[in-house]
Amino acid sequence: MTHLFFLVTLSLYGCATAAYLCCLVKTSEKLNLWANRLLVTGFISHILSTIHLANQVRHLPLTDMQGSLSFFSLMIVGVFIFFDRKYKVPTLGSFVTPVALVMLIVASALHGEMRQLPPVLQSNWFWFHALLAFASYAAFAIACGVAVMYLIQRYFLKKKHFSGLFQKLPPLETLDEISYRSLAIGFPLLTVAIISGAIWSEKAVGNYWEWDPKQTWSLITWFIYAALLHGRLTIGWRGKRAAILSIIGFVVLLITFFGMKHSITW
Amino acid sequence: MNIIVVGLSHRTATVEIREKVAFSPNLIEKPLRTLVALEGIVEGVIVSTCNRVEIYATTRDIAGGIARIKRFLADHHRIPLETLEQHLYSYHSEAAIRHVFRVASSLDSMVVGEPQILGQIKTSYGYAAEYKSSGIILNRFLHKAFSVAKRVRTETKIASSAVSVAFAAVELAKKVLGDLSDKTVMLVGAGEMCELAAKHFINCGVKGVMVTNRTFERAERLADEFKGEAVPFEELFQHLHHADIVLSSTGAPHVIITPRDVVDVVRRRKFRPMFFIDIAVPRDIDPKVEDVDGAFLFTVDDLQEIVQANLAQRNREAEKAEEIIDQEIGQFYKWLSSLGVTPTIVALRNRFEEIRRAELERTLCGWKDLPPDGEKRLEALTMAIMNKMLHAPTTALKQAGQGGRVDLYVDALRQLFDLQTGFQGDDELELEE
Repeated sequence: MTHLFFLVTLSLYGCATAAYLCCLVKTSEKLNLWANRLLVTGFISHILSTIHLANQVRHLPLTDMQGSLSFFSLMIVGVFIFFDRKYKVPTLGSFVTPVALVMLIVASALHGEMRQLPPVLQSNWFWFHALLAFASYAAFAIACGVAVMYLIQRYFLKKKHFSGLFQKLPPLETLDEISYRSLAIGFPLLTVAIISGAIWSEKAVGNYWEWDPKQTWSLITWFIYAALLHGRLTIGWRGKRAAILSIIGFVVLLITFFGMKHSITW
Repeated sequence: MNIIVVGLSHRTATVEIREKVAFSPNLIEKPLRTLVALEGIVEGVIVSTCNRVEIYATTRDIAGGIARIKRFLADHHRIPLETLEQHLYSYHSEAAIRHVFRVASSLDSMVVGEPQILGQIKTSYGYAAEYKSSGIILNRFLHKAFSVAKRVRTETKIASSAVSVAFAAVELAKKVLGDLSDKTVMLVGAGEMCELAAKHFINCGVKGVMVTNRTFERAERLADEFKGEAVPFEELFQHLHHADIVLSSTGAPHVIITPRDVVDVVRRRKFRPMFFIDIAVPRDIDPKVEDVDGAFLFTVDDLQEIVQANLAQRNREAEKAEEIIDQEIGQFYKWLSSLGVTPTIVALRNRFEEIRRAELERTLCGWKDLPPDGEKRLEALTMAIMNKMLHAPTTALKQAGQGGRVDLYVDALRQLFDLQTGFQGDDELELEE
């Protein structure tokens, strides 16, 4: 059953990605609409697949790389659907859906570890921590996608290149606003995620902060986004500088996610 | 009945010729009356714009009709026909229909897709309708042309992109600033192009306008016109940070806005982006302003480039428009050729015969005690009624002979008795602006 849902999700995301990529070269209201429909249907199927899996293993499937990647992908799609409702930016879909699709494909290629849930993970603080962390990652992923689009559009404007992709990309100010909104959502989530992670750590091993690589890199990520938001609110960092910093922040975040093993869980 | 077109346009004649042949709308009644009084010409419409003068007419004698209209144009404007003739083109039948559909759809315009031509043809047709020089065929024809033009405009992107420099500026500003409704425009200097661009920005709903000029009175006058605020030229930099869009076109011999000014202004705006358009020659804004983060500078050349690209796109869209026109021509031509007297009489007889036969069969079917010669007598009776009833309209049609009346009769008959023509145009018979 889970497998079936997963395959349906994968194929729907595949079609949605193809449709969104077509949106880059073709202007058509209908195409935008269908891309969105496919993606939303895929999203629902993805949720069902996740619930079904969680039911099977009796906990949220966030304890191995396969489950985590799939959940990351789910959250990214969710955040994108949210912003698309508000700002109508199909081109953002062209940048974001391929990422979600690739994550899901990688997840499907990995082997799920059907291991016994270690006792340290049997804490509500852990689930709370993990959920919030993934939600914040997704918001930052959108911020990064928007930042890339901003830099491309800015390059076109500065180089006076007015055809093709330039016509399709949204206005700079819209991109800047989405970027700010997604950071404003992601940052509080990350903050609470780190705090709840620390509490969980205390419950599990009796220490709030272990200074293991995962925690350290999380803190670096937090500082980058803190600096970015602070700069924006006080001296008005925006545009190119904010975009570059947002991309750097996401790269560091990916290092934290993929590169750093957690000393507690692994 | 045939449709013919005689005329000249920017493609065949220079402006010197075109202005000599133009008709003034105030004095259009007399030429319209002369036109339809010409031998063999039944209906006529005169279209006269700065880019074209064309006469649409219906006639039974194509060659004669075209020759007489050419002569009429020459005589009316007192130009020797030999001089005029080389600039004139003429079309008849299907080619004439295609030509008018293309003109109305703005495919034959100097700037393909420009929207004025349709309005101009509607106005010209309005005069013809007012002075009754157009009749059943040209009425239908032009309404069809209007609906084709509308279809072209909605189904292709022929008129969707900016092809004027001023409008391109607005489009570009939207690409940087997004929604313009909370943005302010600053005019530096009061050149004509700047004013035009400012008007476009105001139409797009910008929040405010500021105007500055070396002579303050001029600035005040413009500010009044735009319901904006006049700023003394010396205080430009005290106010510049309020502006999101700066349009500059002073006659100053040197640069007015330097990168250092802009760095300062952008900082005061907390790095919210600024959009500069420099229309002045020599330039008002140092090109290095481009390097300032948050400032986007464009010149007339950049705008011109956008316009060129959009024009190229319009030409590609024009091909789709030609396909639409192809479809519509067939439909209209079918209606036009059904207007002959003989096909109408045949169709009318067939319709009556159909009814007679059906009713006769129904009556005979359930009649049990019908006398032996009953069927024959009923046949003769219904036949006689039908022939008597058809006699008057048939004669009237044949006698209506060559004038415009025959088309009116034919069309009325076809509509009243629902004789299929394959043309549905009646629901489009309203003139909308």
